Amino acid sequence: MSLAERNVSRSLRHNRAVRFWNQTATFGFWLLGVLLLSLILWLLFTIMNKGLFSIDFSFLTKLPEDMDEGGGIGPVLFNSFYILILSLALSVPLGIGAGIYLAEYAPKGKLTEFIRVCVEGLASVPSIVFGLLGIAIFVEAFGIGLTILGASVTLAFLNLPVLTRVTEEAVRAVPEEYRSAAYALGSTKFQCIRRVVLPAAMSGIITGICLTAGRAFGESAVIILTAGLSTSGRMWDFNLFSPGETLAVHLWYIQSEALVADARQIADKSAAVLVVVVLLINLVFRIPLWLRTRRMK
Amino acid sequence: MKKTKPLLIVDGSVLAAPAAKRMGRRGKRTRLQNRMFRRYVQLSIASLCLVLAMVLILVGQTGLTVFKTLSPADFFFSLDWTPEEDRFGAGSLILGTLMLTGLTLLFAVPLSVGVAVFLSEICPPWLKRIYRTMLDILVGIPSVVYGYIGLTVLLPIIRQASGENLGDGLLAASLVLTLMVLPTICRVSDDALTAVPSSYREAAYALGSTRLQMIAKVLVPCASRGILSAVILGMARAIGETMAIVMVIGNTAQMPRDLVTPTAVLTSNIVMQISNVEFDSTWSHALYMMAFLLLILSLALIILLRAVRAKGGNEA
Repeated sequence: MSLAERNVSRSLRHNRAVRFWNQTATFGFWLLGVLLLSLILWLLFTIMNKGLFSIDFSFLTKLPEDMDEGGGIGPVLFNSFYILILSLALSVPLGIGAGIYLAEYAPKGKLTEFIRVCVEGLASVPSIVFGLLGIAIFVEAFGIGLTILGASVTLAFLNLPVLTRVTEEAVRAVPEEYRSAAYALGSTKFQCIRRVVLPAAMSGIITGICLTAGRAFGESAVIILTAGLSTSGRMWDFNLFSPGETLAVHLWYIQSEALVADARQIADKSAAVLVVVVLLINLVFRIPLWLRTRRMK
Repeated sequence: MKKTKPLLIVDGSVLAAPAAKRMGRRGKRTRLQNRMFRRYVQLSIASLCLVLAMVLILVGQTGLTVFKTLSPADFFFSLDWTPEEDRFGAGSLILGTLMLTGLTLLFAVPLSVGVAVFLSEICPPWLKRIYRTMLDILVGIPSVVYGYIGLTVLLPIIRQASGENLGDGLLAASLVLTLMVLPTICRVSDDALTAVPSSYREAAYALGSTRLQMIAKVLVPCASRGILSAVILGMARAIGETMAIVMVIGNTAQMPRDLVTPTAVLTSNIVMQISNVEFDSTWSHALYMMAFLLLILSLALIILLRAVRAKGGNEA
């Protein structure tokens, strides 16, 4: 065999190896992707399958039992929504305002940059740190104990940095020409923000609020520390100072400490309800957005 | 990004020609609204700063009080956490957090970067849409539900495989955490990979490289900064996760001998004990100190993240 022939055969072999590895890798990536997707689907199926179909209306509204079978999740479900709505009512206006300030009003400088770092940092700080803050403020300083009020405000603290960040990013993404055009028409800064910037940034802000609301609905570490593990034992209790166990906390409690006979079924159903509500929160808030983009097209 | 401000704006209000002055009542109302809105956003940022300060000061101050009765060396390096007998060594808990995070990243990073490559390069667009929705759903599932799944599905499997009668421990916790940080790392790396200009890909193909060679030699190195930020974000989430871990780690403050010994991490230890202790005790102060440590850790990670991003910005 001549030298040239040997070179050719070697590079042929090399080519074959390269192609072989390429095909193997493609196969590997497909396998990985399909495996993970089926894992996710299986997970969702497990959560739904075990609980969803045995849920009836009375389970959602009945009071929990201490020992016997057949208890419901009425008060804890109510508390979940109550605390969520209170905390959003506090944190959404402030978060959006602070986000607009950071994007539109804040002077450039070290202080603004420092606040920005802190906001980004706090947005990813473990929620349990906020739980401890809630204890220090509401249980110790104010001495009101474990209450719905304390939990809502603490949850609002937790959401505030996240909402601020989301708003700031959405507002910054609005092209500068929009603002120039608004000013050229003689609008004030407020008119420009209200009529031009906010509508353009709205879809980003609403998506952010949805994600935050979903997260807050499922939040448990903060609630355990600030609202406790019990309810007032009545349905529709709007009292801000009663203890406010939520559904997420109830799922943990029933699994680890409760004595009730059918704990397993209640936990299965509660998990399904939690996931369904979070998915619904993410969906329902976005429907107006879909309609709007459709109309604009 | 530098903002170009229109020339006509002074102190936030527009002096657009004398016409504005003649507008009378309506103009006055407009300017009043403008000022009120300015006040409102200033108020919001002030309250945000108040919350920031409260977190740093209240948690930090309460936590640092622990060093009045305890030497820092005892707190950080002693492995003995027996608060009932006044021994407050957080060393084993800190190590537990670090080991758990490390183990989680060991599982999650190769998996999620692999899936990100699959999503951005290989899979057909229709599957990609479904996949992204699924990952978003995965992010939204509350952490107690993950914990519950870990408790009812994963633990029995581990019990059977290892022969332990509990099965709680680092392995179960890190597997649950892997599933929780996976969508974060996946989505962010996917974005980074997709952002690599397609001319780079074409250049690699034009030189005769196969897809694997293109991915390994061009795509992943180009997106490495984005992937790194994804990993940092995942890490921040793994360090701070609480309820899912509480349910599967066993909650015993001891150094784990192997992956299936019950142990504890900072977050799980705080949440299990804080409700049962007096606020003004060394025990409670030690727990606050742990929370402060978590706070510092995640702030440090975010500063690192910003540094990584800023460097990437300069190069591009």
